[in-house]
Amino acid sequence: MKYLDEFRNPKIARQLLDEIHRTVTKPWVIMEICGGQTHSIIKNGIDQLLPKYVELVHGPGCPVCVTPLELIDKAIAIALQPNVIFTSFGDMLRVPGSHQDLFMARSQGADVRTVYSPLEALELCRQNPDKEVVFFAVGFETTAPGNAMAIYQAKREGLRNFSELVSHVLVPPAMEALLSSPTNRVQGYLAAGHVCAVMGWADYEPIAKKYHVPIVPTGFEPIDILEGILTTVKLLEQGECKVENQYGRAVKKEGNPSAKALIQQVFEISDRKWRGIGAIPNSGYTLKKEFEAFDAEKKFEISHLNTEESEECISGLVLQGLKKPHECLAFGNACTEQHPLGATMVSSEGACAAYYKYQRLTQNS
Amino acid sequence: MSAIIPESLSCPCPITQHDTIQMAHGAGGRLSAELTQKLFLPRFANPALSALEDQAMLTVPSGRLAFSTDSFVVDPLFFPGGDIGDLAINGTVNDIAMSGAKPMYLSVGFIIEEGLSMETLHRALLSMERAAKTAEIAIVTGDTKVVEKGQCDKLFINTSGIGIIPDGVEISCRRLKPGDQILLSGTLADHGMAIMTTRKGLSFQSHLKSDTASLGKLVEAMLGITKNIHALRDPTRGGLATTLNEFAKSSNVGIEIFEDALPVRPDVKGACEVLGIDPLYVANEGKCVVVLPKDQCEAVLNEMKSHPVGKDACLIGEVTDKNPGMVIMKTMLGANRIVDMPLGEQLPRIC
Repeated sequence: MKYLDEFRNPKIARQLLDEIHRTVTKPWVIMEICGGQTHSIIKNGIDQLLPKYVELVHGPGCPVCVTPLELIDKAIAIALQPNVIFTSFGDMLRVPGSHQDLFMARSQGADVRTVYSPLEALELCRQNPDKEVVFFAVGFETTAPGNAMAIYQAKREGLRNFSELVSHVLVPPAMEALLSSPTNRVQGYLAAGHVCAVMGWADYEPIAKKYHVPIVPTGFEPIDILEGILTTVKLLEQGECKVENQYGRAVKKEGNPSAKALIQQVFEISDRKWRGIGAIPNSGYTLKKEFEAFDAEKKFEISHLNTEESEECISGLVLQGLKKPHECLAFGNACTEQHPLGATMVSSEGACAAYYKYQRLTQNS
Repeated sequence: MSAIIPESLSCPCPITQHDTIQMAHGAGGRLSAELTQKLFLPRFANPALSALEDQAMLTVPSGRLAFSTDSFVVDPLFFPGGDIGDLAINGTVNDIAMSGAKPMYLSVGFIIEEGLSMETLHRALLSMERAAKTAEIAIVTGDTKVVEKGQCDKLFINTSGIGIIPDGVEISCRRLKPGDQILLSGTLADHGMAIMTTRKGLSFQSHLKSDTASLGKLVEAMLGITKNIHALRDPTRGGLATTLNEFAKSSNVGIEIFEDALPVRPDVKGACEVLGIDPLYVANEGKCVVVLPKDQCEAVLNEMKSHPVGKDACLIGEVTDKNPGMVIMKTMLGANRIVDMPLGEQLPRIC
């Protein structure tokens, strides 16, 4: 299949692996930012084929995983209100809140629906003028343009029954937060290809310089990831700390100007709490004042939520690349796909889920 | 000029007193009789059914019976490549055939939502008639219930059926042995992806078609080559991954499959990629997994390929004594990964 098979070609993969093996002379710790990349690495077994000197640690780029527990509890509380149609991308439905998830809310009578785009939620608004339609606007810069577009269109059409529960987070502040942490081990980044397709990579240049790390915007197919690793390893071995784009077929330095303009029109940068990591300044988006009528947190005043995080779950350390999923005592025991303790075990992009699904074997043996 | 479709030529919907299903159609009175006489009997008539007793009286040869039941609640009722009618016949026919049995008789139960158009019911019946003819199975008894609007979704169908297992055939999920080869009768995920992309709310264009088909004849042909087939199953809900995991656990053996051998049509693969869905976990409705000793493998594979529903058949893996109870995939890059049981419905990802 075009644009797919050529990036999964085993022969090219072998050549790239050989070159990585030839290039590396000392140990390096590289973090892939995006959960989609983690998933691809584990699914294809790339980590099993790399030289021992190249350690991949898994980054915080799983939107489902870093959405704060309070917000999930809030989503469930809103979904359970009468007269509400609560819409969300599929991944979010199984994420455990303090006491239940959105699937359980649905079984209690909440009208919770999976959509593929926030614009589908707008269509539900038009069809159900007497209902309040809420969209769970979760994600990184990648989903921000679509979520901004829904708000923009709702305002233009005067759809008063639409709102978004916004939990948008931004990649560069998180990268900086990890690099400036005293426990940081990361020496180079594979930046998230889809995020860069929207935002470009100019923002990464000062980070590369300041923290002395190479940053390589990288795609998601096995060949993309191997190329990204090879580029990063070469830069590390040469002591070069710059941004080098691997994902040229999708990413331009300036990103997508119309998408960025739309984001700026609807959202403003704000502080955000990341589940498992904590508050990071200027690391998220909030709706601008002129769009606050579409802010579900303001429309539905939900308070008195008593959030409880599992004490056994170490997802925060996993999201910061400080621990691997199988180093958690609960992994595969108290915490499984059937009974996840934290979001990293739920999301298809979560590192714990990827290890559990594909690699219990190698971890146990 | 509109295209001529076969069913528009064959049988127009009979003229009935009502255009839509009424509660009285399920009440056992005059309208029930009209439904039976005008819609059901012309489609399914055979001596056992047409006797109109409360039960079918059947003469069966001696030997072991295979008996199976399945209910069909698919939405939408009609989808590219098939509909609830042929699905209801093929589904149960295939479940019977997976024991090696020759499917013989079916019962059909309809649960119809009040207000369903007679035309829609008739379309489903025509399709059941065609599927039953292809599978050479007789519908010998049936039942109809009508429920109030909102109490079910348009039309639900249950079919149960029996078949006769030939002597010398011992097919079971507990019979896998290390060294056995694993064959798949054709491409993966066609049915599930056709439904998913057609379903309301998923508005991208595709030409994906369900693979719904009866596998009875294919199984008969395979058993003509050798009766020594160890295991056979149609990977419906939960897909290939679920079937292989069930095999591995039931026989306490390891299963190894090769990523580069798994057949997926390019358009199905594309739809899976867009939605973030793994074709290994998607339903099929006209495919089977065959486990058999290595020395029989080539002859059975050639026989499968010569059959219309097995033309894309291929070798996908083998049974091992490593990692009992688990399914391991050799990835295209040469690494190993677990292919696990699915948790439930696959959830489309965020980005």
